[in-house]
Amino acid sequence: MMAVTIISIAFVFVMAIGLYFKSIPILEEHSLWGLITDSSWQPFKNHFGFLPFIMGTIWVTLLAIMIALPLSLMTAIFLTEYAKKRVKKFVFPALDILASLPSVIFGVWGTIVIVPLISDNIAPIFSGEFSTGYTVLTAGIVLSLMLVPILVSLFVELFSTVPDDLRAAAYSLGATRWQTAKNVVIKKSLSGIFASVVLAISKALGETIAVLMVCGCLPEVPKTLLDACYPLPALIANNYGEMLSLPLYESALMFAALLLFIVVIVFNLVSRIILKRIETK
Amino acid sequence: MWFKNLFLRKFLASDCNEAFVPDAKFKHPDKAAEIKVEDFNLWFGDAHILKNINVAIPPNKITCIIGPSGCGKTTLLKSFNRLVDLSENVKMTGSIRLGDEDIVNCSASELVELRRKIGLVPQRPTPLPMSIMANVAYGCKIHGLRRIRENRRIVRHYLKVVGLWNEVKDRLRSPAVKLSIGQQQRLCLARSLAVEPEFILADEATSALDPVSSRTVEDLFVKLKEQYSIIMVTHTLRQAMRIADYVIFIYLGEIIEVGDAKEVFHNPKHELTKKYLEGAFS
Amino acid sequence: MKKSIVMEKISKGFMIASIVVVFIMVASIIYTIFKRGFGCITWEMVSSVPKGGFYIGGEGGFLNATVGSVYIVLASTVIGLIISIPIVFYLNVFKSQKSRLAYWVRLAFDILYGIPSIVYGAFAFSLMIYMGVRTSLLGGIIVITLLIIPILMRSMDEVAKNFPHDLLEASFSLGATRLETIGIVLRQIAPGIATATLLSVGRAIGDAAGVMFTAGFSDSIPTSLSQPAATLPLSIFFQLSAPQAEVQNRAYAAALVLTIIVLVISLLGRFITNRFSKHKLN
Repeated sequence: MMAVTIISIAFVFVMAIGLYFKSIPILEEHSLWGLITDSSWQPFKNHFGFLPFIMGTIWVTLLAIMIALPLSLMTAIFLTEYAKKRVKKFVFPALDILASLPSVIFGVWGTIVIVPLISDNIAPIFSGEFSTGYTVLTAGIVLSLMLVPILVSLFVELFSTVPDDLRAAAYSLGATRWQTAKNVVIKKSLSGIFASVVLAISKALGETIAVLMVCGCLPEVPKTLLDACYPLPALIANNYGEMLSLPLYESALMFAALLLFIVVIVFNLVSRIILKRIETK
Repeated sequence: MWFKNLFLRKFLASDCNEAFVPDAKFKHPDKAAEIKVEDFNLWFGDAHILKNINVAIPPNKITCIIGPSGCGKTTLLKSFNRLVDLSENVKMTGSIRLGDEDIVNCSASELVELRRKIGLVPQRPTPLPMSIMANVAYGCKIHGLRRIRENRRIVRHYLKVVGLWNEVKDRLRSPAVKLSIGQQQRLCLARSLAVEPEFILADEATSALDPVSSRTVEDLFVKLKEQYSIIMVTHTLRQAMRIADYVIFIYLGEIIEVGDAKEVFHNPKHELTKKYLEGAFS
Repeated sequence: MKKSIVMEKISKGFMIASIVVVFIMVASIIYTIFKRGFGCITWEMVSSVPKGGFYIGGEGGFLNATVGSVYIVLASTVIGLIISIPIVFYLNVFKSQKSRLAYWVRLAFDILYGIPSIVYGAFAFSLMIYMGVRTSLLGGIIVITLLIIPILMRSMDEVAKNFPHDLLEASFSLGATRLETIGIVLRQIAPGIATATLLSVGRAIGDAAGVMFTAGFSDSIPTSLSQPAATLPLSIFFQLSAPQAEVQNRAYAAALVLTIIVLVISLLGRFITNRFSKHKLN
């Protein structure tokens, strides 16, 4: 049992080392700084610029968080501070369904519903040009919906650790429910909210198939929300067949995986340590 | 922020001797109001917790609600400012009046104002997640008093009233949770006084404190009854005997006996009261 | 009206709006998938494997993908349980629940849980190339096992953590060995194991990025571990990217099948949790 346990821990390191070894060839040929700041991606001409993918990832992730955070914060406050049992009985199963749906289903939904919505209705408002509908905005919306159940469940957990006595104290001074929620409940859970958002970001960074289906897959740095983008996971997934044709190509993709791995691990570590500290308090 | 502290120091240095006058918003009525409970019933789900409560609570006195545990003392206390609303499935009938206003049947905005008029000192101290200063000023802030200078005056005054000023004046900006339990409880009292309530509800406010702080809080209550009316729930009969002017004895959700403290303690009319006072059950 | 009351109304409006938005989104997803799916699903699609010219609109169905998914999920769940149950025991029975080791192991699993499946896939893929293995059912099973171990482990640990330690002490004090005690713990956390299993099955069946590299894709039902295997999510993904409407329709049908499987699993999980929590104290 001890052995199994230790192997599991060691696995994290094995993965890091494995991915690192695989990306050595490309790191020998190009500098790390050059790789992440170059914006030209032409593998067959030996141009490996990851900037479009990094920027694509950042755009999509930030947009998704910006949509999902207010939505889930408000939902969670409503559920813990306002809602009667009857309402909770409807909302929680709905969130459960949302959480259990596979990402490919979100992708299908995105291509059926959101893509036409954006190319037909939203894009014409903001730009005269034709839009395919496969944009940063599409990916952000689809991704945000996948983050909502994660965030809501983390927030509800956090808010329920705020003692009722504190709420009673604010109420008895004449605070309204919203004032209590804002000044007491949210304020008390601020570090937890931060940690949850970091956790959600790390989930969003790694989300592959749903984003791949709606992002447009154009290796260029997006300039507006209505441009196509190409996040890192999509890059890895989309080129898995081709990557054997060029040794450096494979190494480049593994480098992408390594990047993703490191960022996700750092984010995860930060948020988990904060959340654990709150839990034990 | 550093400049805030600068202001604070300057303010502390200037000794202001003028008498403290609360904001016009918080002025008490000329004639102190009483709380009048009429035919009040309360259910949690199917459980009938309070049955046919009829009682008038006199102003500017310390009223003690006594009775064995689990008989509805705290629930009655929390009905006075409708904190019972926090639990699910509460049903209330009858009326509780503060002056002319009905606490049981009022709109959300009236309730907010009513809750200001009826302060609460909880069983365990509940410092809000902010600084000492912000804790005391919080009530004023949510009721629209936002002038920083004015709020400082308020904070100083009420911290002095509860005798906490000298202990905390150098660390007004540190988090309130860092105070000792006894200090926290006095801070909570200062916080509720800062919005100038007419009534103060105290739910076994001394039970979590050490004997010395407990005594301090008790003495404070006696001092405060000149300006405020105090209703307290207590488990310790001796405490009730020490400070109560008026006593309500509850048993299983019903009021058994009400009256002047001397009368109830020395000359109980009801058999149950007599037994309770003798310590036959608790 | 007072400002605070106006704010209260506005913010409540926002909250209700966000709940409604979430609800509409969920309804929209379910409605879209069901409407499209039922519009084009036929028995042939569910019950047959792809025939010639499948990806340009030829005959056949996606049975290969369904069977492939089921193979992978079943095998990896069994292996995952065999690996993760000992770890949970080790953390909760053999070691004290709050030891330093336990803290770090939990942290490690939290982190493994957070690693995106595409990274697992890429890592496993490079490992397979290194060892000279081609994409195969076995590769898919290994990756999915790695993916679900953290899920299994975390949710079982959650139940085992709440497990009363007194019971352990009682068992030990009766002279039971650690191995015998495991029997007792096992009975206590059995429902936890069931929900954890369902949770991970739901996750495993929907994962596409991990199996993309490792299980590959094929048009026939795999007959041995070394053959590549198709999976439902990938089959949806590939068919949806085809330009022909017939092929896309099959993708919708496959999405419907996948959604129904996942929903049934999640309902089952909810049912078990509800049944189970009825017998718990809190």
